[in-house]
Amino acid sequence: MSTLAIETRDLVRTYRTRKSAQNPSGGTVVAVDGITLQIPRGELFGLLGPNGAGKTTAIKVLVTLLLPTSGSARVAGFDVARETQQIRERISMVSGGESSGYGLLTVREQLWMFSQFYGLPSRAALGRIDELLKVVGLFEERHRRVSALSSGMRQKMNLVRGLLPDPEILFLDEPTLGLDVGAARDVRAYIREWVRQRPGRTILLTTHYMHEAEELCDRVAIIHKGAVVVTDTPAALRHRAAGGSYFILTTSLLDGATWLGQVPGVQRIDARDGDGSTEVRLELADDGVIAGVVKALADRDRRILSLRKVEPSLEDVFVQIVGRRLEEADEAVGRRE
Amino acid sequence: MSDIPRATGLTRVLRASRGRSYPRIIGLFRERSWLFYDTVLPLLGTIAFVYVYKALGAPDRFVGYVIMGGAAMGFWMNVMWSMAAQFYWDKQGGNLELYLVSPCGLVPILLGMSVGGFANTLMRTVAIVVVGAVLFHVTYVIHQLPVFVAVFAVGIIALYGLGITFASLFLLWGREAWHMANLLMEPVFLGTGFYFPVRALGFWVAIGTSIIPLTLALDALRQLLFPETHPALLPVRIELAILGGLAVLFAFTARLSLRKMEFLARREGRLSLRF
Ligand SMILES: Nc1ncnc2c1ncn2[C@@H]1O[C@H](COP(=O)(O)OP(=O)(O)OP(=O)(O)O)[C@@H](O)[C@H]1O
Ligand SMILES: [Mg+2]
Repeated sequence: MSTLAIETRDLVRTYRTRKSAQNPSGGTVVAVDGITLQIPRGELFGLLGPNGAGKTTAIKVLVTLLLPTSGSARVAGFDVARETQQIRERISMVSGGESSGYGLLTVREQLWMFSQFYGLPSRAALGRIDELLKVVGLFEERHRRVSALSSGMRQKMNLVRGLLPDPEILFLDEPTLGLDVGAARDVRAYIREWVRQRPGRTILLTTHYMHEAEELCDRVAIIHKGAVVVTDTPAALRHRAAGGSYFILTTSLLDGATWLGQVPGVQRIDARDGDGSTEVRLELADDGVIAGVVKALADRDRRILSLRKVEPSLEDVFVQIVGRRLEEADEAVGRRE
Repeated sequence: MSDIPRATGLTRVLRASRGRSYPRIIGLFRERSWLFYDTVLPLLGTIAFVYVYKALGAPDRFVGYVIMGGAAMGFWMNVMWSMAAQFYWDKQGGNLELYLVSPCGLVPILLGMSVGGFANTLMRTVAIVVVGAVLFHVTYVIHQLPVFVAVFAVGIIALYGLGITFASLFLLWGREAWHMANLLMEPVFLGTGFYFPVRALGFWVAIGTSIIPLTLALDALRQLLFPETHPALLPVRIELAILGGLAVLFAFTARLSLRKMEFLARREGRLSLRF
């Protein structure tokens, strides 16, 4: 058994585009432009990149829906071009915003239907379906028609569909697409819980959001224009993009906040007095330090009016690591072509 | 989560087919409008033909032919349109991609789709036959029941093989194929002898149209229903043997066209966008 769940070598995938008015002869879009990745078993790996970076295309090649144009890819040790059956026995795939299935079925029936394509015995499958529906908080809706679900419920149902066959490798393409903050948090929690409970199971997910990658992934590859810009752990990326994440704290008027900078773990502080309140921008060694800050304020009888964490955007990280904005990088790629 | 052993091989094929047929069959009970569109409307067309024959003073057995043709037409329409339309919607809604990456592959899923469609159409067929008996007093005496069942079964298998072939060709070639099939609709109605004994077209023409499994299936079934009066094209047993050959042929073309479709989809990154 291969120790790598996923391995790609100089993977390239192009699309031929159709003829159009602007482009009378049709053309070629390079969606994935030489990606080399090694993802060991048991890892929760994230592909992070802006729209059109090639994330979905890369996933489609790995799940055997697309042939590589050149280069190679192996999933669970099998070649994506030739050993499709072996791969399909071991994976499943969920895409954010997909409207799969049949609206007239109930949630439970639809999930049962998909379980049959994996050869699961009905009784055991239904047991697992109920179990998973409870986990994602959809058990009450199990007899509702799929067509009557909200998009958040649908997404959770799709996630259950993906987990149902208990795949060795699970592919999640933007699993929190279009979900509200709460639902997205839930979905991330189930994803983490699942890999934690099933050692050796691997997840490859894609996302636009730095904080999502950071919260979920063991390692992340930032991809842009079909190529890997950097691969690292989220902690290391954050380290490189230091200053990416910070807290904004509003308190009753402080009259000088340098003493707050003395709280252990506070790395940078920036205070601005306003109308009866002070807004403080805090960069911390880690999130836990905020407790000390709150305590220090309480000790001096300052009221906290609001507190929020500002996440580094993909853009921030990209700028920090590559030293260029995404658009500039686009232009650079444009010149090369 | 406990481990659940997955079946493979034939068990998985059967489970997957049953899974895919389920929404088609359950839909029959949940979406009453299907029942109306699939059963009541086509019934009217058949009844109209009955009145044409009656007005012409045709012998009573022609009413029997029409009823049979109407019943068979349900299966033909199901194969040509519902299968292709379903498959197309499966592609649009993203189901096709999920089907492709599931370990059972497309064959059992298409099989399930066929079984679901067959069950749907059977309702319609029964309705037409019952209406024929009640309204027009057509009596059916089936001679050699086992042969009758065999002809029906083999004919249906061949027909759905053809249906799967067409459905994947539609996805490959899109609207052109669809238009082509549309153009062929009326010639097929004529060529297979839905409403009259196919022998009337002349022996060689009828042999030619026998490539469509309905032609021989209808002819054989009519021979078994109206043994004295029906002008046979070929003896029933020979027709049954040819139908068996067609079933094998279309099972083969179905498999081939599904493979081809999957390969092109993986290479091109799209199924026909020309729809
Ligand atoms: N079927 C297709 N035909 C032609 N071009 C395509 C096709 N699918 C994707 N592309 C192009 O390939 C590039 C990569 O697309 P892809 O969908 O892989 O990006 P992505 O990273 O998933 O983007 P998003 O975050 O928007 O989902 C884009 O330029 C896109 O326009
Ligand atoms: Mg995408």
